[in-house]
Amino acid sequence: MKKGLEGPPPEERPTPAGRRNKQGIRIDPEVEATHDPRRTVISALVEHEPGVLSDVSGLFSRRQFNIESLTVGPTEDDDRARMTIVVEEPDPGIDQVKKQLRKLVPVIAVRELEPDAMRRELALIKVDADDPAQIAAVAEMYGGKTVDSSPETATVEVTGARQKIEAAVETFSQFGIREISRTGTTALARGTDPTGTAGATAQPADEANHDEPYTADDD
Amino acid sequence: MSERAAKISPAEEEQDDDQITDSAAPDAAVEEDATSDSETTTEPVTSGAESVVRALENAGVEYAFGVQGGAIMPVYDALYHSDIDHVMMAHEQGAAHAADAYGIVSGEPGVCLATSGPGATNLVTGIADADMDSDPMLALTGQVPTEFVGNDAFQETDTTGVTTPITKDNTFASSSDTVGNDVSEAFALAREGRPGPTLVDLPKDVTNGETDREPDAPAVPDTYEVQERADEETVAAAAERIENADRPVMLLGGGVIKGEASEACREFAIEHEIPVVTTMPGIGSFPEDHELSLEMAGMHGTGYANMAITHCDTLIGIGTRFDDRLTGGIETFAPDAEVIHVDIDPAEISKNIYADYPLVGDAETVVEQLAEAVDDSPEAKKWRAQCQQWKSDYSMAYDAPKDKPVQPEFVVEALDEATDDDTIVTTGVGQHQMWACQYWTYTEPRTWVSSHGLGAMGYGLPSAIGARLAADDDQDVVCIDGDGSFLMTMQGLSVAVREDLDITVAVLNNEYIGMVRQWQDAFFEGRHAASDYGWMPEFDKLAEAFGAQGYRIDDYDDVADTVADAIAYDGPSVIDVHIDPDANVYPMVPSGGDNGQFALTEDQL
Repeated sequence: MKKGLEGPPPEERPTPAGRRNKQGIRIDPEVEATHDPRRTVISALVEHEPGVLSDVSGLFSRRQFNIESLTVGPTEDDDRARMTIVVEEPDPGIDQVKKQLRKLVPVIAVRELEPDAMRRELALIKVDADDPAQIAAVAEMYGGKTVDSSPETATVEVTGARQKIEAAVETFSQFGIREISRTGTTALARGTDPTGTAGATAQPADEANHDEPYTADDD
Repeated sequence: MSERAAKISPAEEEQDDDQITDSAAPDAAVEEDATSDSETTTEPVTSGAESVVRALENAGVEYAFGVQGGAIMPVYDALYHSDIDHVMMAHEQGAAHAADAYGIVSGEPGVCLATSGPGATNLVTGIADADMDSDPMLALTGQVPTEFVGNDAFQETDTTGVTTPITKDNTFASSSDTVGNDVSEAFALAREGRPGPTLVDLPKDVTNGETDREPDAPAVPDTYEVQERADEETVAAAAERIENADRPVMLLGGGVIKGEASEACREFAIEHEIPVVTTMPGIGSFPEDHELSLEMAGMHGTGYANMAITHCDTLIGIGTRFDDRLTGGIETFAPDAEVIHVDIDPAEISKNIYADYPLVGDAETVVEQLAEAVDDSPEAKKWRAQCQQWKSDYSMAYDAPKDKPVQPEFVVEALDEATDDDTIVTTGVGQHQMWACQYWTYTEPRTWVSSHGLGAMGYGLPSAIGARLAADDDQDVVCIDGDGSFLMTMQGLSVAVREDLDITVAVLNNEYIGMVRQWQDAFFEGRHAASDYGWMPEFDKLAEAFGAQGYRIDDYDDVADTVADAIAYDGPSVIDVHIDPDANVYPMVPSGGDNGQFALTEDQL
């Protein structure tokens, strides 16, 4: 019969000098980088079929990705829908979001949009209608219009980038906001640059390993 | 859903030529089978259920594991005249584990069937297990008729909803005409790229419904694209890194076995004299009796594997997802190493451990690419000597005094000695599983069948059933189980007896949920809350009640003879091995700890 486990105890063993950070990246003083969360827009072209929204939203919740908004709607192709997802994550998390999305079978193409992409959301803002003229003036200032009015309330529709909506909401608050409903962001890449098309699934294998140089901020 | 299935067939006709040239060999074999079948006996399909069975036949399915029930009855009726051998299990969890093990041993998706509601939910554990371990599996579940779906009908469960997080893909079959293709596609998806479980939910009206539509051969949808070859530039950079390595280590994961890359990895490691460690699912990818082998790393890995991984400067990880049971604390995992990571799933790259050289592609292809790109072996003579030194410093051994109860390690070694090298070992989950890792010497891929990522107790016996049916006739199948694990699925003995399966089950019985007891001793001041059974049935007698052969081991003198008898017995046998109830598993890296600081005794935790 053999004898039990032997060998130097833990404190007598050599230990390496290096360390990794929480994201599994080796801490090298020269390139040490901590990834702070940033907000970015991911566009996914998906099969227009039952269950795909639940596949995508379920992926986000079970992997604990911080999702800001998710919008979905039809595209030029009846069989395809486009999801626009705003996430706030550190870079490694954003890369995981993209890669995990690509793994879903009904997902056709995934792309992170450049900061200059067109991003819009829509807000309906219902305010007290004590001063209709003033409301109309503010609405015009934000390129919005009044879509409903009653003796007590006026409802204004505003579309635009998130910051513009936020500014509009703030301005309208002077009238007394009763209710707000917002859609979340939808987005497309600019010019001839495709946001995501069938056959565009190919992706750089090492995407995760190149820190993207820009920091996306809202328009 | 129906649109998607319908769209696949025309596309596939066009691609047919491509499919044959660039698909793996099994595909070709499947197509041949399908043709020869249709020339001989095959009747045209007349129902959705027959189309489902035809799809399975086209895919070359030999066995299906399941339990009959109301909503799945049409499929069973269609199986009645099929050559597919259906194994009626005692519980759906067993069906899923058996299918999972069949997939591990054969490399082809194992098929399991269950009815709606409780049948489907009982499959869930096995499906989740296959998902965590990337095992190819196809689950077919009955569902209430479409018109009742969503009404909380009798035995209704939202099965696709329940299984979305634990399947690679699942489908709710919507029409008798397309259900066969749903199954074909699910089968193909289960094994393509990174394998995993797929599920098709089959409403009773869809399977009962009339159709004359023959399903197409298995093909994956065009939205599922797998990259086979890694980027050449990164391969070249990784090759240079390997050439210049001072302290290289290869880390082989389960993906090496699933990707049939064991041979390529062996050649590469041996040619360049690189020490090899494996993950638990990677056991068998490299012969543990080879000098370069440092065996398994991680929580209960060998001290030398963990020292090597902690101190290496170049880590070549292949087909591993860097699970926390392997890495321990991320901060201290291979902290000086540049990481070359080969994986077919891009999402595994830099998920847990940052990959300096990400190589996305099929393991075998990429290792061959690397082999071609590496010209000079790393000069690592000193490092190899160091690894050998660790091997002797931290050798795996145990005390076995004659006056104490039988030590479990001794039993594992006795079983190993009594069987051939190609013997398949299956296990439950717990201490016994770790002893089976540590004290059995594995030399061949697909001989280690266990529940890794999910850690599902109860996996041992049903997986032995699946493994037995996938194994060669002259291969032995040994299930090393724990008493707690065995209790969870031992009703599978009825199946093993009915099907006359030659399986040897060794229950390492300590009357504890032993791993929990070990942790309670280490981290909960020895309070054995609900881990001490205090009493266990006599498993040898229980085996006899089931119609199996029962044996019992109480001391060392019984071990060799009893093991030999049980292995020689032609049919299912169970050895109730009464082991030292105080035996614990070491070395051990505490959860989230530093692999290099593994404890050799409880005092070091």
